[in-house]
Amino acid sequence: MKINKIILSFISAVAILLSTSVVSFAKVVGDKIVLGAAISLTGKYSSNGVHTQNGYNMAVDRINSMGGVKVGGKTYKFEIIYYDDESNPKRAAQLAERLISQDGVEFMLGPYSSGLTKAIAPVTEKYGVPMVEANGASRSLFTKGYKYLFAVLAPANLYLDVAIRTAVELNGGKGVRIAQAFEQDAFSQDVRLGILDAAKETGSEIIIDDKLPKELNDMAATLVKVKQMKPDVLVVSGHTKGALTAIRQIAEMKVDVPMLAMTHCDAAKLSKQHGKNSQYALCASQWHKTLTYKDNFFKDGMTYAADFQKEFGYDPPYQSAESSAALLVFKDAFERANSFDQKKVRDALAATNMQTFYGNIKFAPGGQNVDKPMVLFQVMCDGAGKCENKVVAPLKWASAKLIHPIPKWSDR
Amino acid sequence: MDFMVFQYPMITVQACLDGILLGILFALIAYGMALQWGVMNIINIAQGDLVILGGYIAYFMYLYGIHPAWGVIVSPIIMYFVGVGIYKLVINKVVDRDLFISILATFGISILFMQLMNFAFGADVVLANSGYGTTFLFDSAVVLPNSKIFSAFVSIVFAICLVIYMKKSKLGRAIRATAQNARAAKILGVDTEKVYAATFGLNAALCGVAGALISITFTIHPYMGLPYTIRSFMIVIVAGLGNLPGVAMSGMGLGVFEEFADYILGTEFRIGSVFLLLVLILVYRRFKLSRKREYLK
Repeated sequence: MKINKIILSFISAVAILLSTSVVSFAKVVGDKIVLGAAISLTGKYSSNGVHTQNGYNMAVDRINSMGGVKVGGKTYKFEIIYYDDESNPKRAAQLAERLISQDGVEFMLGPYSSGLTKAIAPVTEKYGVPMVEANGASRSLFTKGYKYLFAVLAPANLYLDVAIRTAVELNGGKGVRIAQAFEQDAFSQDVRLGILDAAKETGSEIIIDDKLPKELNDMAATLVKVKQMKPDVLVVSGHTKGALTAIRQIAEMKVDVPMLAMTHCDAAKLSKQHGKNSQYALCASQWHKTLTYKDNFFKDGMTYAADFQKEFGYDPPYQSAESSAALLVFKDAFERANSFDQKKVRDALAATNMQTFYGNIKFAPGGQNVDKPMVLFQVMCDGAGKCENKVVAPLKWASAKLIHPIPKWSDR
Repeated sequence: MDFMVFQYPMITVQACLDGILLGILFALIAYGMALQWGVMNIINIAQGDLVILGGYIAYFMYLYGIHPAWGVIVSPIIMYFVGVGIYKLVINKVVDRDLFISILATFGISILFMQLMNFAFGADVVLANSGYGTTFLFDSAVVLPNSKIFSAFVSIVFAICLVIYMKKSKLGRAIRATAQNARAAKILGVDTEKVYAATFGLNAALCGVAGALISITFTIHPYMGLPYTIRSFMIVIVAGLGNLPGVAMSGMGLGVFEEFADYILGTEFRIGSVFLLLVLILVYRRFKLSRKREYLK
């Protein structure tokens, strides 16, 4: 009985301690600027959630160790309060509320994925909390008239736009025949809309337009149609499952198509999981380490990749790079605003015009970054089966020449 | 709606063959479910999650350089003990209760497994490459990945072994006796507790085999279990308990149905059509029962 009491009082003491320490976190405390972020550390987005968190942490450490943020003649350091949103939009919105009204956070970083960003944006907007997000690309985020949302990445409808235009160019400017398969989620459907636009503008024809389910693990039916109809381009977007399933079944069914373009190849570790079978796939990416953008903190993509590798033990996917860039944007905006007033910081964010290792950043009135094109890389393998992603489009950044059309399976 | 599947006869053949190969694999999972449903009167919602766990075992073997096909041997052995463990921890407490309690309990196990797998293996979609090639039929108009043929073949072998085991072995006879009348079996000296544990283990082992095959043929992911549970539930509902030929037939039927739904309605309705079919079959069975004035046993 006595022991129970001791345990009980111990627990309540700890609880009181914790609750007071939580309250003492707020916006700008002493020399700290506290940012809030709800991130998917568990649940179905947890791997990309961790990439996001690593990107944020990497930038926080770098900025803090290189002098921090200077506002009003004083130096401040970044600190982030993380909560796990369990990959669940409802939970993410609750946590945003909690960060703002309970923890007193006045500036937010985005979660992972368009869906979760969509859940959080109305909350930050309601409280007038500026949010710089790096992992919500859905077009619908930027058409709602949000004033406090800023995205460092290019919107989803531009993901595979380059692929279609490149295919048309290689076809002598004539329209191409497109087969497409997209998952039924906000992001992939936006990518699809982008393709529809590009097809319309280039006079291309969409001959297969399949939708993929969330539980996708078999797309043989689509591929049989592709075999029969012989399109010029096959476009697939269904997160990592889509990329992995497509490559597996294309290789197994020996589907020949001159161009194969998809999303999420690097998140799916395509070349690692599929080796040579993934060769020639074109992948849309927000960033690639060989791009030659520069900044003062990470120098350039190659240095960023090397530093990231040293710290976290793996090559940074673009999800990490863009998350790091979000912090650079915040620092720049704080210094230009020279204040912690949310409205002033918001206006400074809106006026951002800078280059980071990740790309140029300039926000349109809707909040999307309009100054950074998407890149396409192609999986290229050498004779020994070692595969590498090489940027092939746009030409300005290309480090290798696009291989087109993809050689037939019978000739490989 | 797209009726391309009927315009080209070769696509029809392809859809049928794909469906049959897939259906055989479904039937294996369903057979496990039928077995323990029949013996223990438990509907196992965690069936699909056991499948996925089995898949991860094969995947890890593949990661460590062992050919994933060996997973069909190793995975059931490990999964048998996982199954017995689950029985000892949870199922033995709900086995004599009504169906609703056991559904709740296995539903809980399902959620727990999903989260544990996510925690232990990460949320990445993974697969194991078998390196098996492709079979071309009819002047390469029909393509069958050898991995699918391998899956179907292994499923059939395991199903046959299980049937023989159930007929000939002592434990098999005990299991069948318990399924017929648990109380009578107990009186005649069958240790029903042991039989239950073994049945649940056998079911988990079958899931292990199926999981290993799925990691070779498709992809696995901690949250992909439920569609497999639903499919096997449906197959069992259609075929009835303790009816292996029925399970095999309805498994293949479901596979072909899914493939055709995929071609005609679109891939997005593939799983949806299975759910719809399930509802229709339940309504139909209920209708039939009400005419015959019988209880669903």
